[in-house]
Formats: sequence, C-alpha cells, structure tokens
Amino acid sequence: MKRLLSLVLVLGMLLGLTSLALAQGPSGELEIFSWWAGDEGPALEALINRYQELYPDVEVVNATVTGGSGVNAKAVLKTRMLGGDPPDTFQVHAGQELIGTWVIADRMEDLTFLYDEEGWWDQFPQGLLDLLSTEDGIWSVPVNIHRSNVMWYVPANLEEWGVDVPQTWDDFLAVCPTLQEAGVVPLALGENWTVNHLWESVALAGLGPDGWNALWAGEKSWTDDDVVAVWETFGQILDCTNEDAPSLSWQQAVDMVVNGEAAFNVMGDWAAGYMTTTLGLEPGEGFGWAPSPGTDGVFMMLSDSFGLPVGAPNRDATIAWLRLLGSAEGQDLFNPLKGSIPANLNSDVTNPDLYNAYSRSAAEDWASNTIVGSLVHGAVANERFMNDFATVMEIFLSSRDAVAASNAAQAVAVQAGIGG
Amino acid sequence: MGVMTQSPTLFARLRRLNRDRVAAFLMLLPSVILLAIFVYGFIGQTFYSSLTDWSGLAENPVVNFVGFENYNQLFTDLLNVRFRQDLVNTFFFTLFFLVGCLGMGLLLAVLLDQNVKGESIFRTIFLFPMALSFIVTGTIWRWLFNPRGGINVLPTVIGLEPLQIPWITDRTQIWQFNWQDLPKIIAIVIVVTLVWLAYRYWRQARRRAMLYTGGAAVLILLWVLLGGADAVQTTPIPETHGFNVAFVGIIIAATWQLSGYTMAMYLAGLRGIPHELREAARVDGASELQVYRYIILPLLRPITLSAVIVLGHISLKIFDLIFAMAGADNATTDVPGILMYLTAFRGNQFAKGAAIAIVMLVMVAVVIVPYLYTTLRSEHEL
Repeated sequence: MKRLLSLVLVLGMLLGLTSLALAQGPSGELEIFSWWAGDEGPALEALINRYQELYPDVEVVNATVTGGSGVNAKAVLKTRMLGGDPPDTFQVHAGQELIGTWVIADRMEDLTFLYDEEGWWDQFPQGLLDLLSTEDGIWSVPVNIHRSNVMWYVPANLEEWGVDVPQTWDDFLAVCPTLQEAGVVPLALGENWTVNHLWESVALAGLGPDGWNALWAGEKSWTDDDVVAVWETFGQILDCTNEDAPSLSWQQAVDMVVNGEAAFNVMGDWAAGYMTTTLGLEPGEGFGWAPSPGTDGVFMMLSDSFGLPVGAPNRDATIAWLRLLGSAEGQDLFNPLKGSIPANLNSDVTNPDLYNAYSRSAAEDWASNTIVGSLVHGAVANERFMNDFATVMEIFLSSRDAVAASNAAQAVAVQAGIGG
Repeated sequence: MGVMTQSPTLFARLRRLNRDRVAAFLMLLPSVILLAIFVYGFIGQTFYSSLTDWSGLAENPVVNFVGFENYNQLFTDLLNVRFRQDLVNTFFFTLFFLVGCLGMGLLLAVLLDQNVKGESIFRTIFLFPMALSFIVTGTIWRWLFNPRGGINVLPTVIGLEPLQIPWITDRTQIWQFNWQDLPKIIAIVIVVTLVWLAYRYWRQARRRAMLYTGGAAVLILLWVLLGGADAVQTTPIPETHGFNVAFVGIIIAATWQLSGYTMAMYLAGLRGIPHELREAARVDGASELQVYRYIILPLLRPITLSAVIVLGHISLKIFDLIFAMAGADNATTDVPGILMYLTAFRGNQFAKGAAIAIVMLVMVAVVIVPYLYTTLRSEHEL
C-alpha cells in the first residue's frame, strides 16, 4: 500500500515536471503601468494585442493613471514602490528620470542579459544606449523617440505675412515687431511646462550641444556668461508671446498657429501627431516644421521606456513583454499610432504606409544629427532638479533677472547633485 | 434597617458602574488603538521624517538626523522663496475667503429670515454648491475664468467688447512687503491686539488683567524699538512678497462654494433667537437695523466662531480646488499643500515635504486647539 502510494506520488511529480516543461512561455498576470490613456491609448493597445497573440496564457492588466506627462502616474508609482508593491513593468522616461530616481535606489534589474540575447547593442543608437546605462548595466528598453526642439508654423500664413522661418533667435526677435504690428502673436505659448520646454530649446541654441552636455555633466557652471545670456534672450522671446499663455494647454497653443492667430510654436513632435490625427492636417502643407532656431543639426530627444523592477511579481512575462517592446516588429506596431519614431534602427521607418512625412523626416535627422537629451522630459537631470527648476523659472518670471535665475539654478544644481 | 437596605444597593450600584466602565472602555478601545496608530502615530512619524534628510526612493534609504535644518531652510534659504510666498498666499486667501463667506452667508441668511415665499427652495439652491466636490467646482470655474472665454466674453452677449481680465493667469502682486520686516510686522500686530485687550479690560474694570496685557504690550514695543525684531535672522537678502491678484479668482470660487453652508449655519442661529427678544427691542423703539446690530448679531457670535473654525481649517489645507483650477505648476496660485505634494512626490524630497506638512499642521492647530480648549472647558463647567 505504502509502496503504491509512493509510486503514485513519483508518477505525479514526473507528470508535473513534464507539464511544466511543455508549457513554454510565461503565464499568469502581467501588470503594465503607464500614463498612456486617451489619445495615446491605441498605440499601447496595439502592442498589448500582439503580446496576447504571442502569449495567450498571460493575462495583461493595463494599469494607466491619467495626467499629462505622468504627473499623477509617477506619484502613484512612487507610493506603490515605497509600499513594496511594484507593478511588473512601468513606463519611465529614458535618462535621469530612470537612473536618478530608480536605478540609484536599487529598484531596477540589470537588463544586460536581454540586450545580449536580442543583439540590441547594435540595434539602438549609441547616444540612446548611453542614456539608459550606468557603469553597472543597462536598465530599460526604449520604445519610441520624440524630438523636443521643433518649431511649427503654417507655410501659407508665413507667406501671407511675408515672414521667413527664423534660422536663429536673433532672426526671430527681428521679425517679432513686424508680426506684432500685423496683430499676430509671434510665438504661441501654453501653460507652465511649455515655458520650460521653450527654455530648453533656447538654451540649446545658446550653448550648443557641447555646452548643453557640459551643463548636465557638472562641467559647466550655470553662472557662466553664456548661460546668463540664454536667460536674457529667453526674456526677450517671452515678450513676443501671448499674455494668456498660462491658461492654455499645449494643444490650444498649437491651435493658435493653425488658426492663424500666431506665427510659430515650439513644441515636441507629439504636436505633429495632434495636427495630423486630431486636426486632420497634411504634414508639409497644412503645417510645416523646422528645428527650433539655432539648433539645426541637433536632435534633442526624449524617449519612453519600460524596465524590470526588482521584485516584479511575474518576471518571465515581463521579460517577454520587453522582448516584444524592443523588437523592430513591436516598434513598428507602436510608433505609427503614437506619432513618434522607432528607437530600433532595424525598424521599417522609411515605409510611407506606416510613417507619415514628418516622421520620416524626423527619422532621417535622428540617424544623422548630434543627439542630446531633454531636460523637461526627464533625460538629462534628476527629478529633484526638474522639480526645483520650476522654482528657478518662477524666480525669473517674477523678477526677469537673468543673473538671479542663473544663481538660483546653480544652487539647485549643486543641491541636486548634477554631474556629481 | 436603613443600613441593611442601603448597603446592598450601594454595592450593586458600584458594581454596575464598574461593569459599565469596563464595557465602555472595551467599546472605545478599538477606535482608540486605531486613532493612536493611524492618526497620532503617523503624525509622529511625519514629524520624525521632517527632522531627517530622507530623500530618494531606496528600499533602505540612508537617513540622517538633521534636527530642524529642513524648517530652517524653508524659512531662510533663498531657494525656498516659493514656500514663503505660499504662506503669504494662504494668509490672504484665508482672510478674504473668511470675510467673503461670513458676509455672504450672513446676508443670505438674513434675507431668507424675512419669511420669503419659497424659502426652502432658495435654501436648497444656496446650499447646493457645498454638495459638489472641489474638483468639480475647480474645473467649472477654470472654464469660467478662462481669459478668452467664460466670464470675459459675457458682455459680447449684449454687444459690448469682451473683458480683458486675466484672472488666474495674472502675475501682478500688490501690497508687497519685505520678508525681513516680518518679525517687526508680527510684533506690531501683537502690540496692537494687546493694547486693544487692555482697553477692554479697563472698560470692564478688570485692573489686574489690564496691567498684565498693557505691560506685555509695552515690553514688546520696547523690544521692537531697541532693534530686537531687526536682529531676528530671516532671509539673507531682501525678499518681496505680497498678495497675488491671481488669487481673486480662487477666492470667488471658494466663496461661491461655501457661503451657502455658512448661510445654513447662520439661519439655524437666527431661528434659535426667541421672537420675544426682537419684539421687546421693537417695543423699546429700536429700528430694524438696531435690532440686528444690538440684539441679533451679538447672539450669533458663537455661530460665527464655529464658522470661522470650519472655514479656516478648509482654507489652510486647501489643495484640490486650486489643483483643479490652476494646475500644480501655476506658481502665482500656489499653496503649501500643493508645494508639499510636488516636493515629496515629484522632487523625491520626502523630509522637506514632511516639514511642510508639519508647518501646515501647526497652522491648523493654532486655529483649532484654542477653540477645542474653550468648548471643552465650557462643557466641563456646565
């Protein structure tokens, strides 16, 4: 009797083992945490649908917390991580928002093995890999690329007003009075973060890519003359913007250009997605674009990425998700719907059926330009600096004192350990 | 015989009292424990966090005890200028919000007290805004105060030019003062209050109380005149703060939402005043205005006090209304609650966020503790 029982037990164990070996691929639940709801939802959905086809045993939980650029999602995520309840994977901007917040807190798993297995070291540009890496490893998989330093306009309107696209901010300041006399707002601006967004384009023009990078490496002081000059130029540019800016969303600022109330707008290239998809304009005819003044040949990038938190409940399913995310196939599913360009160099970005005229031109620049990271969108500075930079901007806006703003920014940089 | 019957009942009563007490204690115990942990325990933990340099999201963060350094920075460090402006914002917001709500509430209550027809309908209408969440009102008023829509385009309905009021996007600041003068300003306000109190005591012929308050006033005045207030360390360089005009929109929205509630409180108070008192005053030849001035308003004073406490603690902690109306980054309409949220959950500086939270707690406590103290004491005396 006893022998029979043990035989049954052994048989059962063997069966269990074989069934484990047979069930290839992951199962269980996979919770994907992001702030992609609304307009950006379909792109994520497309990826999730493909994932479900590949791994039908996994039940995907699409956990989104709404709020522009993840204001609320990040707060929820932090509460969950501090409480020891990490999601399986979460959206995070590539760069210091990932490194400065999560990697230095030892909350992420090194993904070197995944990059090795998939051969991704050659499939992503070096500048992007650098943003995702520290000395100890590489920490997330990028899914898309957006460009921050783009100036938008309507070609027909510019012709009517007799204005050329400015090559430098001096050019812009020269045409500013002409446009104002014609009753046109020279540069449309929106709520607070879009002011910071404009600032980073102005700063990139004033400092050049080397100066910009030196600033974030801690090799250049904020009190240097050329940084102070950036603030001064920025103040002059603000005088050419609309007074009701704080009450407008970035879309409403773009609307001002489209409606002919304003001549230009500096915004990231999600504006192209908004104008083509939501407003139904044809890239190149309904709207035109150029690198923001003084930044020709430089691509200020930001990228959304997903990582593998330490203690993720379903590690296997997450790794499978990251594999799909980083592959050329996954990126070609996601990016046409999101209006961004793929980070993976093997993807089919020249295909006009997938990518519109703007995206194709951006992809060309991506491959040929000098690449630098964005401040406002999490690439170059940690979250503490980003948060305190709002105070620096407020000091400048209320005093219009370039030196005071530079001093404050330098103090913040020291406190936040920039470059340290 | 009397002793025989009395002693068992006494024992029984004692035993019953004891059993009642034990039962009551057991009934209260769960909530006492829960309150101790989830309210006071966490207040204690927040206070402790505010004395450290905790920042970042590490699982086992290196946390050093730094004493009151975070508070020191909040009140003196150049980069925390936003926190100090937030305190000024809270002060002005609370002031105008209270005046607005009490004034509107009293006016509406007095009007409704005139035996108008359909009183209950008006009462419901006036009270209704209170039933909405601050997020809902914030969103609606955000639309109304949009510089290119809402209220500003109303005049175009009758063919006039649209208004050009910037509302919550306004950057002007009025009634500016230097933060370094603040110790002096506070000291003078205290002196004026003490002098006023001394005057009242003198009228009431309470000599000793008058001497104490008057003496304190003279001492503080001497301290200011001898330069004591100027010697208090504040910010290293002069720093102007003032009333941000952008707050006018917020004040209107908040007053709209809560003056109905104040009205309800006043109405209850008015209904509690016996008719005989008014009649007697009228018989004595008081005009309607005098009836209100000398009979009704003094009798409503406890209601005003309660309303000030309830509204005051709302305005000191306000977050959601402004978050919905102006967003988190509109610095001209910033308050400590929003700054705390951003500092802790966006900037990852948890210790500094905790310090801001404790400052807010102290502000509310300053309003509420004296109130609780006096009400509890008067109940005890009853």
